[in-house]
Amino acid sequence: MAVVLDARDLNKHFGAITAAMNINVAIEQDSVVGLIGTNGAGKTTFINMITGYIKPDTGSIVYQGRDITALSPREITRAGICRSFQIPQLYASLSVFEHMMVGLGVVLRNAGLDGYFSRKRPNVPGHDAPAEEVAERILERFGLASYRDKNAQVLPGGVRKLLDIALTMVAKPTILLLDEPTSGVSAEEKFGIMDMVMSAVKAEGATVLFVEHDMEVVSRFAQRVIAFYDGRIIADAAPEIALTDPEVKRYVVGGALHRLDEQQGAANA
Amino acid sequence: MDQIPAVLVDGIFYAAWLFVAAVGMTLIYGVMKIVNLTHGSFYALGAYAAASLTGAWLAKGYPPMLSYAVLLGSAVLVSVIVAPLIERGILRFMYTKDEVVILLITYALFLILEDTIKLIWGVDPYFIAEPYGLLGSFDVGDLSYPTYNLILVGIAIASGVGLTLMLRGTRIGKLLLTVIHDPEVSRAMGINVDRFYLVTFTFGSMLAAIGGAFTAPTVSVVPGLGVEIIVLSFAVVVIGGLGSLPGAALGAVIVGLVRSATIHYAPEVELFVIYFVMALVLAFRPRGLFSLAEPRKI
Amino acid sequence: MSRDRTLPILGAVLLAVVLAGPLLPQWALFLVTIAIAKGLVALGLMLLLRAGLVSFGQALYYCIGAYTAGSVGKFFHVGDMLMQMLAGAAAAALVAFILGFLLARYRGIFFGLLSLALSMILYGLLAKNEALGSTDGFNVLPSTVLGIRPTEAWVRYVVVAVGCGVALLATALVYRYLKTPLGQLAPAIKDNEIRVEYMGTSVRNAIHVLYVIAAALSGIGGALAATTVGHIDPDMAYWTTSGEFIFITILAGTGSVVAPFLGAAIFGIIHTVAFDLSPNTWQMSLGTVLLLVIVFLPDGLWSLFTRRKAA
Repeated sequence: MAVVLDARDLNKHFGAITAAMNINVAIEQDSVVGLIGTNGAGKTTFINMITGYIKPDTGSIVYQGRDITALSPREITRAGICRSFQIPQLYASLSVFEHMMVGLGVVLRNAGLDGYFSRKRPNVPGHDAPAEEVAERILERFGLASYRDKNAQVLPGGVRKLLDIALTMVAKPTILLLDEPTSGVSAEEKFGIMDMVMSAVKAEGATVLFVEHDMEVVSRFAQRVIAFYDGRIIADAAPEIALTDPEVKRYVVGGALHRLDEQQGAANA
Repeated sequence: MDQIPAVLVDGIFYAAWLFVAAVGMTLIYGVMKIVNLTHGSFYALGAYAAASLTGAWLAKGYPPMLSYAVLLGSAVLVSVIVAPLIERGILRFMYTKDEVVILLITYALFLILEDTIKLIWGVDPYFIAEPYGLLGSFDVGDLSYPTYNLILVGIAIASGVGLTLMLRGTRIGKLLLTVIHDPEVSRAMGINVDRFYLVTFTFGSMLAAIGGAFTAPTVSVVPGLGVEIIVLSFAVVVIGGLGSLPGAALGAVIVGLVRSATIHYAPEVELFVIYFVMALVLAFRPRGLFSLAEPRKI
Repeated sequence: MSRDRTLPILGAVLLAVVLAGPLLPQWALFLVTIAIAKGLVALGLMLLLRAGLVSFGQALYYCIGAYTAGSVGKFFHVGDMLMQMLAGAAAAALVAFILGFLLARYRGIFFGLLSLALSMILYGLLAKNEALGSTDGFNVLPSTVLGIRPTEAWVRYVVVAVGCGVALLATALVYRYLKTPLGQLAPAIKDNEIRVEYMGTSVRNAIHVLYVIAAALSGIGGALAATTVGHIDPDMAYWTTSGEFIFITILAGTGSVVAPFLGAAIFGIIHTVAFDLSPNTWQMSLGTVLLLVIVFLPDGLWSLFTRRKAA
């Protein structure tokens, strides 16, 4: 399988805090990768470096053969790497449909198909239909059609999440980075949302990286799991192997318990 | 080059006036995070109140030497009456709104106050020149200056030093600093933030009124007195940094000296050079030369 | 925000004005022209407001438009209205293009204060400029249109008619613009700039474009005002002039391309009536109306005509 994203020797420090140390990750096309780790372990830093929000101190990120380390978030999005956000980043005064139209409008503009003077509506590149149709299509796929005209402000949490992710699809991304797609979503909804997201995403043929805290979601949807701790990668394997790895169990799945165990052990010794 | 002493002296006098006129605006911004256009109104109110009360005082034949106290007193009086009305009556309900919206609200209030002043005092000019000439003059080289100007310098220094001491040294000052940094947390800790806002607004407006009151003897007091002060105060406060006291002092000195220099050497640029400096500061150091404000800049 | 009937309605109103024009008294024609001129400026301000930016110095471009129109007449003896408006728009757009590189990086109060400073710089420059009349300004040539000079009695009417035509054209262009991807970006920028960047487009560029368009509109408005008033002076760049434009824009709201003209018309009416009734309280009326609108009708008067999208 072709490597679509290659992160090499990434290092990042914030003062005395090591956010990333010697991170080496090669992502294969069409794979679904889960990123796990406790808060502050470095998962979000990793994503932020890929999307250009922060620059690594050393190291490089190569995407489809091109070095994107120094590019801005905007340029990286245009190149085909899109991300969703842990707290959905929406436009409070716009309706769900308008969200999609704004996003599709950007895609049209980037392709030079502004349409100021043209009479007919141009097809959106990558979707082969005019913007309105594409919008309806994507909303349909994400189960958002019934919320079409509602303002973002009034949407329930799970729907906001779906909209945030649906927005990332307008540009037909090659790589999709989902930051905690099921956080803030109630337990019953989690699988449903992930199902919907994954089928919609896979239908478009994208590579997916998602950050998750819920191990059930991870084991069910990820083909590969990368575990972070203290800025380093401590495991990188298929879910069955990674999630049962002793280090992962200690530092990610049951970290707090481990500390208590140690104290007990020390007290008992 | 022989104009340098004159440039310096003029500059210092102008700076003192600017400081007193503008420091209230930066104080109010620093504490309440609002840009307050009624600032100009209080300046004008101070001038008018001073003009009428001092005029009446002198007309009744009371000791002219005490007229300075009357100037001060009238400014204090008018601000203590009007400022709480504005803050408690209107502004208090608006603090949750966007900062630009609040600015527009103060603009609306400024317009209302402009005409209120006309209704109360009419449109004819007021003159109370007597306190201006009463103290005689002093010489710097072969130039003569009214001693009166030193009063404004004195007030500038007193208010600057006084405010700084209060903020650093007193308990109230320390509480004020917490309110400045985080009103919500301060409220949660039991600090009466509303009262701090009221007092700050009143005191800041009072300083503007004092500036106006002590300017009154040097000009003819006419409607529209407050209009120019607003933009000049913006310039001073922006240059120094919104919310910063030492900034306001530095801004006043810079604007004062620059204006003085241009008047003497290049009068054609006098009016615009101040705003040019303001624009330069905004372009290169938007936070001002000392600052607490975070500019929203992408 | 676009109702498909707005342009035809505006067209109908302006047509009615043009048809009724010969019957209207001179002072009414004057007021209508001024309302159109200020409405154009407010239209530009509205575009910026949709993106979340309030310019405290739009008078800069209004004044540039006016002085360009006047100078074109005074120094080049070109009295043609359309040429003057074109020149005014071009000059304003050019200055805005340059200044936009700086201003597009600011938001909120700082955008406002910087735009204010820039307008006051122009004021200062003009007020001391002998060649342009200093604080007195100078008079503007009587207008011609496409080579024809209307007679004394018809000048005002011709100016109104041309003004209506230009306003309709400008508004139609803006309306069209608002339907393009760039035009639809403004509310998104206002709500969540970072998200817009993550969609793959430059917010700074979008704002730069908006800024230039707003300036061009203000330039046209200034040129029109210069023509109809017959006189220009540096006060056109003073901050209180910018204040008037802001007032009109707030009054109107951002609901439609027609709203700024409605706001300008209402402003003109308030000004005239209040000033006639009591010259010393018209500012108070203005301030009171502004306060009431901000507090009770934050979406402007236009929101009275439309239902906001409900939950």
